[in-house]
Formats: sequence, C-alpha cells, structure tokens
Amino acid sequence: MRFTKDHEWVAVEGDTATVGITQYAADQLGDVVFVEVPDAGKTLSKGDSFAVVESVKAASDVYAPVAGEVVEGNAELGSAPETVNADPEGKGWFAKIRLNDASEVEGLMDRAAYDAYIASL
Amino acid sequence: MSEANSDLKRTPLYDAHVAAGARIVPFAGYEMPVQYAGENGGVLNEHRWTREHAGLFDVSHMGQAKITGADAIAQFERFCCGDYEGLKPGKQRYSLLLNDQGGILDDLMAGKPDEDGLFVVVNAGCKDADFAYIGGKLQGDATLTRLEDRALLAIQGPEAAEVMAKHEPKLADLGFMDSVRMELFGVDAYVSRSGYTGEDGYEISVPAADAERIWNLILEDDKVRPIGLGARDSLRLEAGLPLYGHDADETTSPVEASLGFALSKRRRDAADFPGADRILKERDGAAGRVRIGLHVKEGAPAREGAEIADAEGNVIGRITSGGPSPTLGKNIAMGYVPPAFAELGTALKVIVRGRQQAAEVVAMPFVAQRYYRKPQTA
Repeated sequence: MRFTKDHEWVAVEGDTATVGITQYAADQLGDVVFVEVPDAGKTLSKGDSFAVVESVKAASDVYAPVAGEVVEGNAELGSAPETVNADPEGKGWFAKIRLNDASEVEGLMDRAAYDAYIASL
Repeated sequence: MSEANSDLKRTPLYDAHVAAGARIVPFAGYEMPVQYAGENGGVLNEHRWTREHAGLFDVSHMGQAKITGADAIAQFERFCCGDYEGLKPGKQRYSLLLNDQGGILDDLMAGKPDEDGLFVVVNAGCKDADFAYIGGKLQGDATLTRLEDRALLAIQGPEAAEVMAKHEPKLADLGFMDSVRMELFGVDAYVSRSGYTGEDGYEISVPAADAERIWNLILEDDKVRPIGLGARDSLRLEAGLPLYGHDADETTSPVEASLGFALSKRRRDAADFPGADRILKERDGAAGRVRIGLHVKEGAPAREGAEIADAEGNVIGRITSGGPSPTLGKNIAMGYVPPAFAELGTALKVIVRGRQQAAEVVAMPFVAQRYYRKPQTA
C-alpha cells in the first residue's frame, strides 16, 4: 500500500489500483454520513477531485492519487457511508482505477514514510 | 491543527477540553472544542446524547454584559426590536440588534435576572462590535459593562433539569426563559432556563475562576457528557434556530429571517425600532425573500452556499446552513427564497456540485422543541 500527503491510499494489483482514504483521514473527518464515488469509465488525471466524503460538519474532496480510468466505484458506500470510519483501508475503498502508468505509484510514500509524515503534522 | 495560535483566545475551560481529548478548532477568535475523544465522542454521538440525556457545552466565548443606569433599558430598546420595558423581572427575551436599514447586526438574549438593568448575551463573533456600538451610544449614566471575567456553561437535554435539581432544587422551579441571579455552586451566578438546542436546559454564567470546578462537578453525573461545537451546530439546525453570520446577517431583516416573533407588539405599534419602515412593510407582505426550512429528499447534504431552484430548475435562492439531521436520519437545510416559494410542501430543488436534487419546503423546527413550560396555576 502506498500513501499520499492528501491522505489517500493506493493498493496495486496488476494494472489496477484500489484507492481510498487513510485511517488518519477517516479519524480526522469524524462520522462519515455521505460518500460520492465516481462512475466506471471516468478518466482521471492525478490530483483530480474524483470523490466526495461528507461528515456531519463538512464536505471534503478526495483527490486521485494516480492517473487512469475508473473501473468501479464502491457502490456500497452509498448506502453504508459509515464503512469509511469502520474500515477505511479495507471495505471502505472508494474506487478501482486502471492505471495509465503503473510506475506512478512508485513515487508515493510507503507506510513508514506516511507514518512519519502524519507524526509530523 | 491544535498548536497554539497567539491570535486566538481561550476560554477558562480550555484546559478541561484538552484534558478530555477534545479536538480544538478556531471559532470566532477562540480555540474551541469541536468534538470530544473516545467512544462516546464525535459529533453524532454527542448530538444523540444531548437529545436523549444531557449535554454540557462551553459557550464562554459568547459575549456577556450588564447594561445599567437610570434609563438604561429605554436606551437599550433603541438598538433592538424587543419590549424590554415591559419584560417582567426574572424573565429574559430573545431579540435582534438592528442597524438603521433594519438589517440584523446580531441576535441576543437580554433579561432581568436582578434589580439592576439588563443581563445581555450576544454571539462571540459579534461581541466586540455589538458592545462597542451599544456602549458608544448609551447616554447619561447608562453604562454597558462587559463581564469578561465570567464563563458561560449550557446544560441541555431531557435530563438536564433532573441533573441540575440535584445541585440546586430551586432550579426546577424555573420555567422556559426565566432568568435569575442566585448563589449556585457557592458563587454568584446568572441562570436562565434556555439554550440553543431545542431542548430543555439552562445557561449558567459563573466567575471564570470557578468555571473548571463547576464544569467538572456537573460532569460527575453519568447523565452528562461534554458536547462540542459540532453537535451544537447540528442541534440548533434541527431546532430551526438561525446561526448569525450564516442564516442572518446585516442585510437580512427580522421578517426575511423568519424571526418576526422577535418584533414585540408594543414596539411594532410604536414603530420605534431601527429600520421600522422597511420591516413593517415587509411584515405586511413586501419581503423579497424569506428564510425557509427544506427537507433534501435525495443525494448529498445541501450546505451553505448551495443554490435553491424552482421545480423548473431556475435558481431562486441559496442555502445558508444545512446538513444531515441525526435525529431524523435525513438531510435538512435552511435557506432564502422569494415568499411565493415559501409555502409548506412546495417542491424545490437544491443544486449540489452541479446536480439538482429534489427538496421540499417543511416547517421549522425540524425536530420538535422541548422547552419546559411551567404548568399554569389558576
């Protein structure tokens, strides 16, 4: 799993990346009450806002950590947004993206680097 | 996140919030708890706890003052639309501070807890401007004295009265909007039976030096938990209560803000409040926009700034606050539309991130208020 400074995670299998928000991000948001995930077929550039996650207080954009085409949005989050709090780095995934360039992921932080990063915040 | 910012002030309860693991955010110039830590914390838990039991809020950031002097009450009336000459001792009244155009400078509570003028509580974000404005215009021996050495606690919820009666049985005798000055927890306190959540409860002003002791004492009861500003906002939204600076500002009049109840009859008859011409015309049907409640029937929560459209999609207004209602399990919002679209049941749309979502005009409060009205004695 790789991580961004915007607190997204990426897990790659073959040419497809599963992306979501980190435990740290979920804790910071608090109770998630609404999630909007992208439709399959949507083309994303790195840094595009591709999903929205809403707590009681506010709506936050989620940015694409890698470029590619959305293969699947996690439809279950529509009816069970609390999954993002319960299991952000597992069942609370947001989308699966077919990578344009698998090497793009190499530029992201590994777990140790990300842990050091959030400790510095 | 929570590192010290020298521009921000702290209430006397700051250390207690930090000790309870609160997440601290800047609000109205203060470092305030937005939610507390632990399995009981978080906006949803705190919201539900307050609706079911009793929540304790630090609202010490709000502005407290006494306005005293021979004709202080008559002079204070010149700035607002409330009848304070006619207010009975031991009562308080909600009112609006108005500019000469009839726009709302702030909303406030003012009461007669003692024999000495008025005790006034205003919004944190407006307090410096409010008190400078009022204080600067008072004449003769009428004086505004800021009570900056006082904290303000609110205990709210269906079990608030039971909790407080254990500390002081006399508190059970107060009715909604009663306001008294009394010895409580061994200190000189101003107590009113009021709040801003739609629940029964009290607001308690105590000396800053005693605030943390009293806060902890009230929290000893298992029925009480500390509640942050996050849940305070969702609670007041459900109660249909406007948040100044969002749901009302200096361009909106009391009629537009659907706060016409704050125009006391004596003041209406005399038309002697700031902006009376405009406000009374609007009251007779000339308002161009009014604050309404909306049930957002599909999709994402509609928040401040989202556009409101008619059934055909023409933009007619804007959301001023909104979000999920934990009590109702659906999305609710307040906003402004022309009166033609304000009738209950009107089908409208809200536009969230470019998407039109069905909404319906509904009555406020969204969640029934449960204020304590004393039984009328014959």
